[in-house]
Amino acid sequence: METKSKIRILIAKPGLDGHDKGAKVVALALRDAGMEVIYSGLHQTLDQIIQSAVQESVDVIGLSIMSGAHLPICQKLMAMMREKGLAHAKLTVGGVIPHQDIPKLKEIGVAAVFPGGTSFEDIINGINRLFE
Amino acid sequence: MLDIKDILAGNQNAGAGMIRLVEDRDPLAHELLKRLYPHAGRAFIIGITGSPGVGKSSLIDGLIAEFRGLNKRVAVIACDPSSPVTGGAILGDRLRMQRHAADEGVFIRSMASRGEKGGLSRAAKDAVLVLDAMGYPIIIIETAGAGQTEVDVADIAHSVGIVTIPGTGDGIQAIKAGILETGDVFIVNKSDRPDSEAAVFELNMMLGLRPPSKDVWKPLVLQTQALDGTGVRELARVFLSHFDFLRQEGRLEKKQIKMESRYFQSLVRDLALEKIMAALETSKGYQDAFKKIRLRGTDPVTAAESVMDTIRVLNNDTKYHC
Repeated sequence: METKSKIRILIAKPGLDGHDKGAKVVALALRDAGMEVIYSGLHQTLDQIIQSAVQESVDVIGLSIMSGAHLPICQKLMAMMREKGLAHAKLTVGGVIPHQDIPKLKEIGVAAVFPGGTSFEDIINGINRLFE
Repeated sequence: MLDIKDILAGNQNAGAGMIRLVEDRDPLAHELLKRLYPHAGRAFIIGITGSPGVGKSSLIDGLIAEFRGLNKRVAVIACDPSSPVTGGAILGDRLRMQRHAADEGVFIRSMASRGEKGGLSRAAKDAVLVLDAMGYPIIIIETAGAGQTEVDVADIAHSVGIVTIPGTGDGIQAIKAGILETGDVFIVNKSDRPDSEAAVFELNMMLGLRPPSKDVWKPLVLQTQALDGTGVRELARVFLSHFDFLRQEGRLEKKQIKMESRYFQSLVRDLALEKIMAALETSKGYQDAFKKIRLRGTDPVTAAESVMDTIRVLNNDTKYHC
C-alpha cells in the first residue's frame, strides 16, 4: 500500500472574540497548499480544542487570537496538550500578536507565530518547515 | 506506540491514532486492523447522506444529543471531498457538532476523500471498524454530497437516512435518480420552508410504489428542522426502531452477510484491478497496442480487446504474466 500522509491542522478560535474572517481565509489558503484543515469555528473552550485535536489526530493546532489573551491561553493549552497525549502536535498562533510577545510565546513552546500581516506564503512555509 | 488494548478499551488517543494510520495507508494499519476485526461487528451503523447544504451535519448534531440523552455513546465519521487539484481539504462538518466536542462519550472524526472516487473511501469503512472495536454502540457516517456514492453508504451502514429539503424539485430528482432503494428513512429538513408537505407527499408517493412485504422495512418520511431540533427526537426513535426491526427474525444477520459480501467483492475487485493493471501497463502487448493507436493503425476499443486477449490466453495457465 502506498503511504500518503498529509498535514492535518485544526483551526480554532478560543474565547469570546467574534471575528473569524481571518481564520477562514487562512483555512482556505492552507487547503490550497494541500493540507487537510479541520475548521472548528468560534468561541471554543480549551477543552473543546484539545478534544477535537485528539479525535482528529492533527499534526498542528492553529489558534486565531485577537483578544490579547494569547500568552495565558497558549500557556494553558501547551500544558493540556502534554497532559492529554498531544505532545507530538505543534501549536501555532496567529492574530493580533504584538511582536515583543513572540519570544515569550516561543518560550512557552509555541512552534510558530504568525502575527497579522504575515503573508499566506510565509504561513504555509512556516507550517511545512515544522515537518522537515 | 499504538497498543491494541488501548483501542479496545476505547481510549480516544489510541483510536484516533489508529484512524490516522488507516487514512495514511500506513503499512502498520493493516496489521492492526487484522487484530481489531474479531472485536468489531457490534455497533449499529447509521449512514446520513444528501446534497450539500441540506443540513446533514446539523441533523447529526441533534441525533448525537438524542442518543446521549439515552445514555448511549456515539461516534461520527464525517466525510468531505479533497480538492482534486491540490489534495487539500476543508473539513467543516464538525463545526456544527462542536457543542459535543468536550463530551467524553462522543467521538467525532472528519475524513477527506483523498482522491478516492465517491464520497466514501475505504478508509472510512476501516475507520468504522476501529470505532466499532472501540465499543461505540452507535456510529453515524456522514457522506460528502450526493450522487452515486449513496449506494456505497448502504454497503457500510445498517440504516440509511437520506436528507432533502423542500422546494428543490432537483433534490427530489436526485433521489429519484437511483437512491430511492437504499434509503430506510427519508428526511425533509428545513420543513418550515414552503412546500414541505408537497415534498413529503411526493416522497411517500414514490416509496408507495414499492411492493409491501413483512420482511422488508417500510421506509418512513419525516419532517425536521435541525436547527431548533423539531422532529429530531422522532428521527432518532425511528433509527432505533429500524435497528430493532433488523434484530428480529435474523434480518440483521442477513443484512450483515449482504454488506460483507459486497465489501469483500469490492476489495477483491480493487486488488485484482491493481495487480492486473500493474502487470499489464508494463507489458509489451500493452505498449505495442498503444503505439498502434497513436499511429491510427487501430482504434482504442480493438486495441484494448487485443490487450485483454493476452490475459485470457495466459489465464489458462492461471498466471497473470502478460
